[in-house]
Amino acid sequence: MNILLKNTLWIAVAVLGASAVSGIALNRGEPINALWFITAALCVYAIGYRFYAAWIAATVLMVDETRATPAERLENGSDFVPTNKWIVFGHHFAAIAGPGPLVGPTLAAQFGYLPGTLWILFGAVLGGCVQDMVTLFLSTRRDAKSLGQMARDELGALGGTAALIATFAIMIILIAVLGLVVVNAMKHSPWATFTVSATIPIAMIVGVYMRYIRVGQVLEASALGVVLLLLAVAGGRVVDESATLRVLFDHEGLTLAWWVMAYGFAAAILPVWLLLAPRDYLSTYMKLGTITLLAVAIILLQPDVKMPAITQFVDGTGPIFGGKLFPFVFITIACGAISGFHALIASGTTPKLLTNERDIRMIGYGGMLLESFVAIMAMIAATVLDPGVFFAINSSAGVVGKEAIDAVAKISSWGYPVTVEQMQFLAQQMGEATLFARTGGAPSLAVGMASIFGSAFGQGMLALWYHFAIMFEAIFILTTLDAGTRVGRFMLQDILGNKWAAMGQTSWLPSVIFTSAVVVSAWGYFLYIGVIDPNGGVNILWPLFGIANQMLAAIALCVATGILVKSDKGKFAFITGAPLLWLIIITSTAAWQKLTSDDIRIGFLAAANDLSSKLAAGLLPPDKAIVAPKLIFNFQLDAVLTVFFVCLLWLIVFDMVRVCVRYLMGKPVPALTESPHIPSRLVEDWVRD
Amino acid sequence: MFKSIKFFWQAIRQLSGDDAYERYLIHYAQHHSADGEPLSKKAFFKQWQDEKWRGVKRCC
Repeated sequence: MNILLKNTLWIAVAVLGASAVSGIALNRGEPINALWFITAALCVYAIGYRFYAAWIAATVLMVDETRATPAERLENGSDFVPTNKWIVFGHHFAAIAGPGPLVGPTLAAQFGYLPGTLWILFGAVLGGCVQDMVTLFLSTRRDAKSLGQMARDELGALGGTAALIATFAIMIILIAVLGLVVVNAMKHSPWATFTVSATIPIAMIVGVYMRYIRVGQVLEASALGVVLLLLAVAGGRVVDESATLRVLFDHEGLTLAWWVMAYGFAAAILPVWLLLAPRDYLSTYMKLGTITLLAVAIILLQPDVKMPAITQFVDGTGPIFGGKLFPFVFITIACGAISGFHALIASGTTPKLLTNERDIRMIGYGGMLLESFVAIMAMIAATVLDPGVFFAINSSAGVVGKEAIDAVAKISSWGYPVTVEQMQFLAQQMGEATLFARTGGAPSLAVGMASIFGSAFGQGMLALWYHFAIMFEAIFILTTLDAGTRVGRFMLQDILGNKWAAMGQTSWLPSVIFTSAVVVSAWGYFLYIGVIDPNGGVNILWPLFGIANQMLAAIALCVATGILVKSDKGKFAFITGAPLLWLIIITSTAAWQKLTSDDIRIGFLAAANDLSSKLAAGLLPPDKAIVAPKLIFNFQLDAVLTVFFVCLLWLIVFDMVRVCVRYLMGKPVPALTESPHIPSRLVEDWVRD
Repeated sequence: MFKSIKFFWQAIRQLSGDDAYERYLIHYAQHHSADGEPLSKKAFFKQWQDEKWRGVKRCC
């Protein structure tokens, strides 16, 4: 293409993107079409990818396509395998995209559509994508070492230990909050409970099929599993309509929480082939299929976004979680904008498959762009609902009142009219008894998705679509839950193995049972508290998860910034330094407010003190007085955890700054551990596609 | 047209691991043909699955 045409095209993309972004930013009071969001996102991504990412790859990282990658140099046929870039992209995306980008934007929609959307777009292009790409590059240049190993080698022992602790802590809190999301979606819903429970035997059938009946026929087995899953969605209706069957699947949140814990424990102990691996196949296909379907439906249907651009809840009084727009929107939307967890995938797993360094931009930066796009679609699905309905589903009973009539009065008084009849009709359409106070994000996302799918592909099946969406979320939440419990178990066995060698054997049964029990009790505790907390639990757990995840991102960015300075590229250190600075600001501010705020919905200590004084004065109703001591302890524990996270963060930041300053002053620092340049043998004969 | 369908199908097989054993046999023939017989499909599949789930493989 000639240069003039190319330039004109990019100018057109820039103009279109700028007008779409300003269109959604400046629109007030009128519904705005969801297509504007898609347009704005695609243009921002295209420009970020074409210019910023290309500049980083060429000028800052200086990727070298003639240099052999670890996949080529260390090829062993099992984990180090040079692989086609599209396949690597597929693996990478399937690994990084989980339930996070679906839940976070849904919760953050309480501020209106604008703050979350802008953070998803610009956070990804300037922060998250850069983090993923740079980490992938650094790991590729270091024999596919893990983030923790790189932190230890390049900064010092402190950084490595911090990365290990942060990973473990995030895993525990993430699993608890995801467990809570599933529990809230199944609470008193026989249909959802049946469908979600059916995914477990279905996964086992698929596992046995792949292992014994038709060995290694992964696609055949998965196709069988997908058919069975769809049958389970439809079968839920039969259960729901049968008076004898429905009582078997109609449970309180707490009962379901115990079941989720029992499941997590079983999944960590059972062999991988029986449950984890087949479940992961099913969830990956469901995930990719549903996300594609959602994108197609949004483009076909072009729904109007009804949520205002900005709501009054930016002042910190939001019903879904307490806290002002700054910093809490940046904490709530972690995955989708910037997620530290991705650095674990981008170091270790993906670089072992990478054939050529020049694909780092497409896989690292591009993979995260796609995840950010998923977050934008979740934001659309949440905001196409009537705001009154959205708040009625997502506000916990502790905030708006237990009775439907109180809840609608309260929500309507905020300026988002909703009626009991409207909610009843909607619940009936979705095949549920009630949709009030179904916190956690999954039910409201499912209602949003069902209404989009219903309008695009036929209204008659709303209840089926709703439960399909619930099943789709639950299946990969449970995959994250058992994969996470298992990784937690391995990490714990690794740590204990340093002291008692026997505990380190991953196949020694007593050690397996003991460490699995420890990991399950750790997240089970937070899940239990989240379920008995009348304010919904999500209000406490999600910000804690956000802080932990952003802290892991800060560790990854510290490693990257330190290495850039040590490689004499200090003048470019802003590419990771600027997002790092922003993360330090938001996590520290959020942590500070969580500790010191007088508002009992924000400050952990304020909430603990408030509850103790009420308990002492006998002001609590008996059912609340029983759980109050547990909640008080939990608030104090959360405060301690927050302090711990922030101290860890600052320690690593100081360590990184210390290394950089010493380097710039010419003092000795840990040497760069980049592997030597070996020319690739694949470049000449490798047919590029 | 036929070519792109074939590429797409192969990509799906490779992404899911459907052809993992076939690829292993090719790799084995190229690099380890001196070390004796390759693993059976069943043994290979067991090892492949166990290896796959040893580290952080799924994210939030």
